[in-house]
Amino acid sequence: MALPELHRFTLPNGLRVVLAPDPSAPVVGVSVHYDVGFRSEPEGRTGFAHLFEHLMFQGSESLEKLAHFRHVQSSGGTFNGSTHPDYTDYYQVLPSAALERALFLEADRMRAPKITEENLRNQIDVVKEEIRLNVLNRPYGGFPWILLPPVLFRTFPNAHNGYGDFTDLENATVDDCAAFFDTYYAPGNAVLTVAGDFQPEAAKALVEKHFGDVPARPVPERPSFAEAPPKGELRAEHTDQHAPMPAVAMGYRIPDPVNEVEGYLAYLVLAGVLTDGDGSRLQQRLVHRDAIVVDVGAGCGLFGPLEARDPDTFNITAIHAPEVTSDQVVAAVDEELLRLAEEGPTEQELAKVTARWVSTMHREHDRLTSRTLGLGSAELLFGRAELLYELPDKLAAITTDEVAAAAKALRPDSRAVLVLNPAGAAGDDASDNGGTE
Amino acid sequence: MSAPTTHRSAEEIGRTALGPRPLPELGEQRAAADLSTVDTVLANGLRVIAVRRSSVPLVEVRLRVPFGDPAASSVGSTHAARAEVLANTVLTGTASRSRVDVDTELALVGGELDAVVDPERLAFSGNALVSGLDTVLDVLRDALTGATYPAEEVERERARLVERIRLARSQPNVIAREALQRHLYGDHPFAKEMPEADEVAAVTRDDVLALHASAVLPRGSVLVVVGDVEPDAAVRAVEGALGGWTGEGAAVSLSPLPVVEGGDVLLVHRPGAVQSQIRLAGRGLVRTDPRYPALQIANLVFGGFFSSRLVENIREDKGYTYSARSHPEFTPEGATLLVDADTASEVTAAALLETRYELGRLGLVPPSESEVDTARRYAIGSLLTATSSQGGLASFLVNLAGLGLGIEWFTGHPDRLAAVTVEQVAEAALEFFAPSSFTGVLVGDAELLAPQLRALGGVSLP
Repeated sequence: MALPELHRFTLPNGLRVVLAPDPSAPVVGVSVHYDVGFRSEPEGRTGFAHLFEHLMFQGSESLEKLAHFRHVQSSGGTFNGSTHPDYTDYYQVLPSAALERALFLEADRMRAPKITEENLRNQIDVVKEEIRLNVLNRPYGGFPWILLPPVLFRTFPNAHNGYGDFTDLENATVDDCAAFFDTYYAPGNAVLTVAGDFQPEAAKALVEKHFGDVPARPVPERPSFAEAPPKGELRAEHTDQHAPMPAVAMGYRIPDPVNEVEGYLAYLVLAGVLTDGDGSRLQQRLVHRDAIVVDVGAGCGLFGPLEARDPDTFNITAIHAPEVTSDQVVAAVDEELLRLAEEGPTEQELAKVTARWVSTMHREHDRLTSRTLGLGSAELLFGRAELLYELPDKLAAITTDEVAAAAKALRPDSRAVLVLNPAGAAGDDASDNGGTE
Repeated sequence: MSAPTTHRSAEEIGRTALGPRPLPELGEQRAAADLSTVDTVLANGLRVIAVRRSSVPLVEVRLRVPFGDPAASSVGSTHAARAEVLANTVLTGTASRSRVDVDTELALVGGELDAVVDPERLAFSGNALVSGLDTVLDVLRDALTGATYPAEEVERERARLVERIRLARSQPNVIAREALQRHLYGDHPFAKEMPEADEVAAVTRDDVLALHASAVLPRGSVLVVVGDVEPDAAVRAVEGALGGWTGEGAAVSLSPLPVVEGGDVLLVHRPGAVQSQIRLAGRGLVRTDPRYPALQIANLVFGGFFSSRLVENIREDKGYTYSARSHPEFTPEGATLLVDADTASEVTAAALLETRYELGRLGLVPPSESEVDTARRYAIGSLLTATSSQGGLASFLVNLAGLGLGIEWFTGHPDRLAAVTVEQVAEAALEFFAPSSFTGVLVGDAELLAPQLRALGGVSLP
């Protein structure tokens, strides 16, 4: 497949820039990825990285509260931001006439955001509503992304709730925000990505004009979040007040996506072999043959593949009928993994996964938001935006033996099993991390 | 916080030596390239819209088959249950393909094909590498003309549907949607988006075969192809694959809905809820109404995007909600304006009060020129970005086609938005956003909410 051209440069203040021109539609995407996510939150400040993301929309030296939204939208654009384990992103997608405006808006809040007590209190309320909406008031809220890490991991950075505990959120201060900004939102700790309809030279000049005088600040050394894989099967149960049916999540450790990308990608192919499509192994076995689950899914990363550095998670989740035990589901999964480990997948199974990936990647590239964010996160996490374009070929190179080996490494004695019980069902609430009120 | 020992204060961070800077002007906007397109009707009555957009070597396919319940009332009708089982099994077997064959053939061309049903239409949605267009169309042909509904697939999907309906009905937004539809439309089939579990359990394979024969029809249906393919070639491919899809009569469109009249909001009890769903509804306008562009802008100003009065009030000023929005829903030959917000129990009544206040204010303190211009530019720009991908364009066009419209409505809409005056927006605001025009439901813990809602009024308590 033809690789779109990529231009990259670094400003004297350390800001890394990726330009990906594409004239096929008169729209542009602009994103900024900061190298800080919820794994960097200190103890007692769960949810802080995400709370801070909200505050970055609340005004800057040049713009009053609410002006950021109005300027993007009155330019015909859309915007958002999101917080991940290892990064926080901000993006805008607009008609291409608004490129300079978008760069100005991102530069202005990178240079001088206005953080006030009033906005902090308001956004704490908004974030609490977000948590009520997505976790506390919803069946299977936070399953498994909030509930599985505390079972699989031991250290605070990897195990804690990235949405945050209400008490921690309420205790956040303006000075915490100032310290967080000064530490992590330095230009040298960020990647700016521009994709879509523009001339590279003109865009480069605009980037220099708006970001060039954001002063350089020291970039924090990124600590290692590595921790040893479990030495045994770890189990926990959670009671969900709103869920009508039980569910189970299994979490495993997988290779470091940065230093062992091929090893990591074998698990991505394995996930496809297991649950992608009606003919996949676990769909066939659990949904169609045994008919013991309503739905089953497998994948790399609790936010999706290649969305975090080491340590990352391979997860399998299923919602099942009450008359089926979680052990039955887990045992059936283990049997299918064992069969794959011994016999390997067929060449046709790999061909299916590869062809669907090629197609999926094209489709992601065709949506400017996904393309901009994908290039930015690949550049930030892996130092290689072009990884996005190389993935189909790299996935196609994964062999049946490598997939068999990946299946073999998903060992029962080195994993986490989280059982979710509906309210009223038996079971202790050993790991209720769904937030507090 | 255990960050560095020295850092600037928030005040120091928010200030630079140079001071505030001016917002750059917008540049010159390049027009979107003209899309080459064909919009035609095949001999079997199927309308085909093909559009070339060659940004990636893919093709997107959407088929819409009107699938209304011919009965006037959903009471005693098993249409919804039969339709749901049909949609979940139509791609599970033909004379020449098993369920796994379908998945394998599609996967090998990087493709997918799904079927879903709602009270208005049966929708097939697929995509593939462009080299796989013929495969997707052939699988579609096979399902449309020769789905066999294998007995064991019907049995298993029926059992699974019962569980999935149970799962869906545990979601607060689904509970609220079902309550709203019932409140607005009673037993009109449009209100029945999900059948009852026992109705599904009673559906037989013969029921499904009979429904397929009588209702899965090309006449009245539309197929949209968007991708890296010449429109003429795409139409030929569709004709080659689906030309033999025939049937007596035309696919059934749903009958028009009763008009939404303003009235009390119905409180629906959900014990133990920590958050409430506020769902209001009023009458809207069809896309072809000359007043529609003005109403679209009035809706944006009210709650249709982030920079709206409702979001600025109940989220950015008061912190009552994470998500609040208003949006039109196009119904058979009509439209409804919907206002949604989810709020903590303690502030639910206050949020309802503020929402009604903003409804009233929109008519009485009409949108200013700057509010109208912001909304207008957003409407034009977001249409451009939402349709800049093949998938986005295909989905948009098939929805337009369902309203009887074509690509010329899409290409002409920016000019219609540009022509709207502030006065026209004010008229639409006063007529359509009056609080007295709205009714709705509110789902939450009635024990917590009742004292404040009773005091507020305009709410019928359980």
